[in-house]
Amino acid sequence: MAHATATVDMMHPPAPAERGLDVYNNKLGMWVFLASEVMFFTALIGSYIILRFGAPGPWAPPAKVLNVPVTAFNTFLLICSSVTMVKAYAAVADGETHFLRFRPFSGGLKFWMLATIIGGAMFVGVQAYEYTHLVHHGFLPSGAREGSEVAELVASGVVPAATIGLYGSTFYTMTGFHGFHVTCGVISMTYLYVTKALRGKYSRHDYRGVEVIGLYWHFVDLVWIILFTIVYLI
Amino acid sequence: METAHRKHPNYVLIWVYLAILTAIEIGVAFMSHLPKQIIIPALVFFAVWKALLVALYFMHLKFEPRKLLILAIIPLPLAAIFVLAAMSEHVW
Repeated sequence: MAHATATVDMMHPPAPAERGLDVYNNKLGMWVFLASEVMFFTALIGSYIILRFGAPGPWAPPAKVLNVPVTAFNTFLLICSSVTMVKAYAAVADGETHFLRFRPFSGGLKFWMLATIIGGAMFVGVQAYEYTHLVHHGFLPSGAREGSEVAELVASGVVPAATIGLYGSTFYTMTGFHGFHVTCGVISMTYLYVTKALRGKYSRHDYRGVEVIGLYWHFVDLVWIILFTIVYLI
Repeated sequence: METAHRKHPNYVLIWVYLAILTAIEIGVAFMSHLPKQIIIPALVFFAVWKALLVALYFMHLKFEPRKLLILAIIPLPLAAIFVLAAMSEHVW
């Protein structure tokens, strides 16, 4: 009997349990992951800023090389997909897990989540179009392709020859990694949509998956807001 | 597990703000008669404003516990230190 009491005593925690951050584990895990993602994108954006400051000559004017109007449209698309994502969150939090209701008209979780997936997929599609267009015009990760339109801009002095290679490599690295993140988001969200949302596994009592993927999605949007300004406008 | 319920902010209004700020940003970027010393800080200002709107309202940081807000903010000064430290190479 004395032995049993000793064992129970040993099982007591050394200190009483404390409250954590007052959020559930999945959400905390996503925030910790996003904190690491901040450092990842800081490394990319920081490297870009440092290379641009320390470049041996003037930097290429973005509007001369890149298709800014197409990317502005893409930025708008991503902002739209961010609002559809948060509408999906609001819908499920209010218990509206339907697709569409017409009297009165209201979109539910399934509608807004599908709209987000379509928006994200369109963003990736437009980015793929942009890359194809840029490569076709001779803007490569290594600089300008000989005999191309961009090479002509370099030869005429509109685009500096000394920094076009740096610009190409940093541009494709940053936007490529961001595009990869959007693609991962679209795949994850499609998985949740098919396996959970369509099967009615989310309710106003438990919608953790929607909230957590939403955090990731908004973060990707936030990073693009910064990237668009730094890479395309400045 | 039940998730805490609260009144939602006006998300569509935030979306309108973001769209307007993006349009202003693009307009400012193409104002070629303005000096870069004005254009670049203005663009950075608008980008930070938009990022804050997304973080505070879409990611709900405005309504989260203070400890989570701290967790989210901690990487930012570290990021700034990283960039400034690396840039100092061009200063010395």
